[in-house]
Parts: sequence; C-alpha cells; structure tokens
Amino acid sequence: MTPVPAARGTQSSISPETRLKLYRTMQECRMLEKRAYDLFMQNLIKGTSHLALGQEAIAAGFGVAMRPEDYTFCTYRGHNHTLVRGVGMTEILGELMGNSSGLMRGKGGSMHLTSVKHNMLGSYAIIGAHLTIANGAAWSAQYRGTEQVAVCFFGDGTTNIGAFHEALNFAVIWKLPVVFVCENNLYMEYTSIHDVTAVERPAADRASAYGLEPVLIDGNDVDVVYRTAQRALDLARRGGGPSLIEAETYRHGGHSRADPGKYRPDEEVKEWLNKDPLPRYRTRLAQMGVSDSELQKIDDETKAKIDAATEVARNAPPPPLEIASTDVWANGGSAWRN
Amino acid sequence: MAQLTYRDAVAAGMAQEMRRDPSVVFLGEDVAAAGGVFKTTVGLLDEFGPKRVKDTPISEQAILGAAMGAAMTGLRPIAEIMFSDFFAVCWDIVVNQIAKARYMTDGQITMPLVIKSGNGGGARFGAQHSQSVENWAMAIPGLKVVAPAFPADVKGLMAAAIRDNDPVLFFEQKSLYATKGEVPDGEHIVELGKANVVREGSDVTIVALALMVPRALKAAEILQEQHGINATVVDLRSLVPLDTQTILREVAKTGRLVTVEENPRLCGWGAEISSIVAEELFWDLDGPIVRVTTPHIPLAAANNLEDAQLPNPERIVAGVRQLVD
Repeated sequence: MTPVPAARGTQSSISPETRLKLYRTMQECRMLEKRAYDLFMQNLIKGTSHLALGQEAIAAGFGVAMRPEDYTFCTYRGHNHTLVRGVGMTEILGELMGNSSGLMRGKGGSMHLTSVKHNMLGSYAIIGAHLTIANGAAWSAQYRGTEQVAVCFFGDGTTNIGAFHEALNFAVIWKLPVVFVCENNLYMEYTSIHDVTAVERPAADRASAYGLEPVLIDGNDVDVVYRTAQRALDLARRGGGPSLIEAETYRHGGHSRADPGKYRPDEEVKEWLNKDPLPRYRTRLAQMGVSDSELQKIDDETKAKIDAATEVARNAPPPPLEIASTDVWANGGSAWRN
Repeated sequence: MAQLTYRDAVAAGMAQEMRRDPSVVFLGEDVAAAGGVFKTTVGLLDEFGPKRVKDTPISEQAILGAAMGAAMTGLRPIAEIMFSDFFAVCWDIVVNQIAKARYMTDGQITMPLVIKSGNGGGARFGAQHSQSVENWAMAIPGLKVVAPAFPADVKGLMAAAIRDNDPVLFFEQKSLYATKGEVPDGEHIVELGKANVVREGSDVTIVALALMVPRALKAAEILQEQHGINATVVDLRSLVPLDTQTILREVAKTGRLVTVEENPRLCGWGAEISSIVAEELFWDLDGPIVRVTTPHIPLAAANNLEDAQLPNPERIVAGVRQLVD
C-alpha cells in the first residue's frame, strides 16, 4: 500500500490572510505551551501536563479550517486544540493552575479542557474513548440535519486499542460526519510506536480495513494540514462519511511533565527539530514576500497577549470550596439520597 | 389498565417517550429489526423508523460512546447493553466518561441518556450472562440506578429515566421478562428515587430489589402462614437516588431489617443500606441487621446449583426467623 498525500503544501490558492492566520495560530499554540512549561517550572501548575510543542501545525491547520459550529474532541494533549477553537488563554492557563479563572474552575485540570460554547467538546484522558464519543456527536449532527462535523484528534498509541477499531467501523457503517486525525509523533508514551504495532503506518495502514482511503500527510506542514482538513471536512459535510488521516509529527519534549524523553536518539530529535513547523512556515512566508516585520508584529502581539493572560490567571483566587460538590447532577447538586 | 408482561412494558415506556419527544433515539445490538434478543423492543422500529431505532455492531464501547456524544449535543439516546455482564467491556465509557463529564466540566455538559440492560440470574445462562451488577453502578458517583420489579414500574420508571437529565442505568431482570401485571394506560411516569412499600407488616422490614421483590413477597406469605410473622416488604426500585426516608421509616416501625439482594455478598447494595440504618436508626433496632445475598461466588449454570446460590423465599424466611423467633 502506498499512502497517498492528501494535498500539496504550497498551493497558491490559500489566501495571504489565511496563511497569516495559520502562522499566528501556530505561534499562539507554541508560546502558550511554552508558558505552561514555565509555570510548571515555577511550581504553579501541579499534577501532570502533556505538552504538544512541535505539533502545532495539526491543531492550527484544522482549527483554521473548521467552522465555529464544528465539534472538537481531543486527548489529554489538548491545550492547542482548545486554544484554536477560540478559548481564552486566561481560561486555559487558569485551569492548568487550578484556580477560579480556569475554564472549569479547577474541576477538570490540564487533561480535561472543555468549552461547550466553543464546541470544544472535550479533552479525554482514557485512550480511545473519545473516538466513540465523537461518533455520537456526529450522529447527532446527522440526525438533526445540520452540517456540523466532529473532528477527533488522537495519538499513534490509540491505534492499538479496541475503541479505535470499534469507532472506525461504526463511523463507516453509519456514514457519520466525523474526521479522525491521528497525530503520529512516533512514540506511544516512552516506547516507539513501531516496536508495538503490526503495520508500518499505525493509522493509514489500518484505513483499508474499514474501507477508507489511506491518508498520510506531513503533519509539520501547516498548509498541507489545512488543505487536508478542508477536504475531509467538506467530504463529511456533503454526506460522504468519515475520514482517517495520519499526520506525522514529533513532540519536542517528553510524554508528560515527568518524562525528559531520553529514550529518543539524539539524531532523531535533531532531524525533527529541523522540521519544526514554525521556522519552516516562517521561511515559506518570507519566500512568498511576507515581511519580517509583519511576522515579528504577530510574535510580539502574541507574547503580549500571553503575558496579559498569565497575569490574570496567576493572580486569580482559588476556586470556591463549595464547587467541590456541585454539578454531579443536572440540578447542580450531588445528593444521592433523600 | 392493561395486563402487560414486564418485557412489553419496556417497549411501552420507550414508545410513550418516543412519541412525545423526537430527540429520543435508540441503539443497540439486535434491537431494531429483531426487536431485541429478549424481545423488549418489538415494534419500535416499525413505529419510529430506522433513523430513530438503530441496530449496531457488537461494539459496546462504540454503542455507549455514540450515546454519550449524542446526549452531549442535544439528543436523548437510549442505548442497550444486551447482558449487563457486558458492561465489563465498556465500563470506561460509563464510569470515566458518562458519569464524570458534567462534574469535570463545571456543569457545562448535560448527559440525558439511558442505558438499558438485561441483568441478573435465574435463567441458567452461567457465570458470564447472569450477574447482578447494579451494585457496580451504585458505586460510581454520577450514575442513577434503577431496577424495577413490576411491569407498571418498568413503564413508568423507563419514561422517567428518559426524561431525566442525568445518565440512568436501567436494569431489567431477565427472569422477570415473562411476568405479567397491571400497567396504567396512557401516560405513566414513576418518579426516580422513590421506594414502594409493597406489603405492610409489623414484625420485620424486608428491603428488596427487582427479582428479589417477588421472592420477598412469597417469603412474607410463608412467614405469615407458617410462622405468624408479619413482614413489611419495601421495593427499592431505585438505588440512586436512594429513598432512605422510606427505608428508615419502615424499619423504625418494625425495629428489624432484612435486606435481600442478588449481588454477590461483598459490597452488595444491602451493605450500604445496613450501614445507613445502623448509623441512623441503631437505637430503634430490636436486633442485628440480616443480609440475605448470593454467596461470594460466580453463578453456576445447572438448575440446582444456580437455585442454591440465588436468594429464594426459603432462604429469606430463614434469614427473617434468625432475627424474629
């Protein structure tokens, strides 16, 4: 099987405005994630956190291509996917810090960022589950006759759990408007995905088992991701059913806060740092005539935005204690007896 | 009033709600064209069509995930897990996802869904198709748990579960499917979380659920006729919410409590009720609390073995007489 590239990266039909938006979105993801890292180092974020540094092109490419009414489902590595749907930086950082400025006022934490009003329907921390849940949102859209599409992001490790296979079969037989996006960063947690997978391409090589076209793309080229996203979203909106996309990428850091990522060969890390989606896109934009000052302005604005959000988030009070026992039930309470 | 089987009352409750609310949809294995392996959903496909009544592959995680995603986005799905033993292959979706989504998101998500499932023993299906798992569900914050004993309650509680804005696990006792009872015609709703005193007595209060309710009633007859003991029987109907007011009131009247549960012994729901009564009503008790349960062993398939394992009227009588003599 030869996986087919879904789209070429440098198609001139992407407008200059869209390209700048893609750049800005990637830069916001990059800088916010770096800020999250800094706040960890200052011990202002507890628990764990799974950074997506290096994987920004996938979140940005899809985020820009999606309509506001489309649904996002992602994993615990989901800060970027939340940000690109328009969720505020203060709300994201506040949730990471577990205080009252947070998106869920500290009731969810880093691994569960959710913003229903942005149709960001959740970050899920049990591998595989959210593929089946994305199907449900897609089914609902299909039933209600809207043009909404559910987009579901997951890692390479997910392709070896049962729910992945259940969800794909289910989506195909019901012809659901759902796009499955495997962010293949080459490692499940600490183990190379190749060492534990029967096929070379963990998602693309499984596509034919479900009657789907194998789609393997360069997940570090935001133009390619954007084009691929447009195509898959359009197919789903037209009633053409689901897509499965494997986007190759690399996380710059370890799996989580506790992991320095030392199991990865230096040469490999170096090679992938050379394919960092941000400098790569910056170079492309420069070649297309975008001035350095224009890009610098985006960088400066982004930094100022994150600084301001950080200030608000870090100075917010802890969540009110009473919310520890609210919203177990739809009536707002937690009573299980009379 | 019509005489309906427990089985037909399931479909009656679902149909009642599907008629009044187009957002109610139903999915599961063999539930549409075949009407369910236990024939609890016969007629729904014909009345509501293939868009609302849907057959699925044997993919329990996919079924419950689809129900959850649909519930999060405006529908009121009912999902069937054919045998409740199969919750073991999709428990992640129930426990980690469905039960916690509202809490974790600070109330952003509402989860109006029902999972109906054939539960319990007595049908000689062996250890993997006979378990009573309502106590698994009861242990998870965020799930409502219902297990009716009579056809009228099947219809009324199913309707209430569908209208409820929280996830409800609806346990249908497989050995009760063929039993019959009066079911109100027209719209019928039984509020969740209300126990029902199905027999009033003065000497002992027997608290039971699902299949154990008719067995407790049979035991009460024997106790009356052969031993002169007059028992109250409380049908819990819901484990969550739990109607502790009715339990405490009825135990206070007799001073004695016997719980009858189909769960294996350890951490069965009777333990929780015993604990509540011991904490809150200790000084009104005239003797120790007695729990009649399935022993802490898997269920066997053979007639005599399974019969020896599940609580039956004779064992309930013995449990009561241990307390009242």
